[in-house]
Amino acid sequence: MSMFRRQAGHYVAVFAVDEVRVLRKVASEVVGLLTDGFDHTDPVVGRLFPAVYPQDAPGTAEFRRYTEGDLKTAKIDQAGAILAALPDDAGGEVRLDAEAAEAWLRALNDARLAMGVRLEIKDGTDLGEELDDAVAEDPGSSRVFQLSVYAYLGYLQESLLNALID
Amino acid sequence: MGGMAAPQVVPVETPDTDEVPASDRQWVTIVWDDPVNLMTYVTWVFQKLFGYSRERAEQLMLDVHHKGRAVVSTGARERMEHDASQLHAYGLWATVDRS
Repeated sequence: MSMFRRQAGHYVAVFAVDEVRVLRKVASEVVGLLTDGFDHTDPVVGRLFPAVYPQDAPGTAEFRRYTEGDLKTAKIDQAGAILAALPDDAGGEVRLDAEAAEAWLRALNDARLAMGVRLEIKDGTDLGEELDDAVAEDPGSSRVFQLSVYAYLGYLQESLLNALID
Repeated sequence: MGGMAAPQVVPVETPDTDEVPASDRQWVTIVWDDPVNLMTYVTWVFQKLFGYSRERAEQLMLDVHHKGRAVVSTGARERMEHDASQLHAYGLWATVDRS
C-alpha cells in the first residue's frame, strides 16, 4: 500500500494501478451521490449534510437553503481534486501541493463517511474482526471488498495527514 | 421535541450586534462523536478552522470522543451557522444550539 511523504513542499505517493482504480471509483461515486443521485432521504446524504438544528426542521431547511449549494459544490470539487491528480488507468506518482492535499483529505473523509454509513460502521467496530467475519462468510463478497477499501482509505488519509502536520 | 428545540423565528438581519439582547447573541456550535472520523483528522480540523492550539484542539477532540459531543465555538447565531457549515465541509457532524 502507498503512503504519502512530504517532498520539497509537496505531498507525494506512488500508486499501483489497482489503487488508482479504487480511488477513481470511490471519488466518482461521491460525485455521483452529490449530483444525479442527490437524495436527502439517503442516509449517506444525511451524514454528509447533517441537520444543523436536529429538533427544528424549518430552521434546518432555512440553513440548507443558504448553505447547501456551496457545500455541495465544495464536496464535488474536493472529490474532483482526487480525480484530477490520479494517473490515467495506470500506476504512477501523485504529487499534491498543499491546497490539493487538503482537498484530498476532505474528499477521502467524505468517501469514508459514505462507506461507513453503508457498511454500518459503529463506535467500537473492530475493522479487522469485521473483515475476518466477512471473509469467513464469503471471501469473494462485495462486503469483503468494501471493508478492505474502507480500511485502505483510512490508512491513506492518515498517511497524508501525517505528512501534512509532520 | 427535546430540550434542544431552536426558536421558529427567522433571525432578523442585524448588522450591528449592539442592538441585539445578550440572550439572543449566545449560540454554540456542537461537534458530535461519530465512528468514522479519525481522531488525528478531527484535531487537525479544529486547529485549521478555529486556529486553536494543538493542545486545545486535542482536548476538544477527546471531549467529543469520550463525552459524545463538545462545544467548539460560541457566539452569534449567524457566526455559529457559518462554523457549522465549514465543519460540514470537512465532514464533521456539527449542529447549532442556544448556549
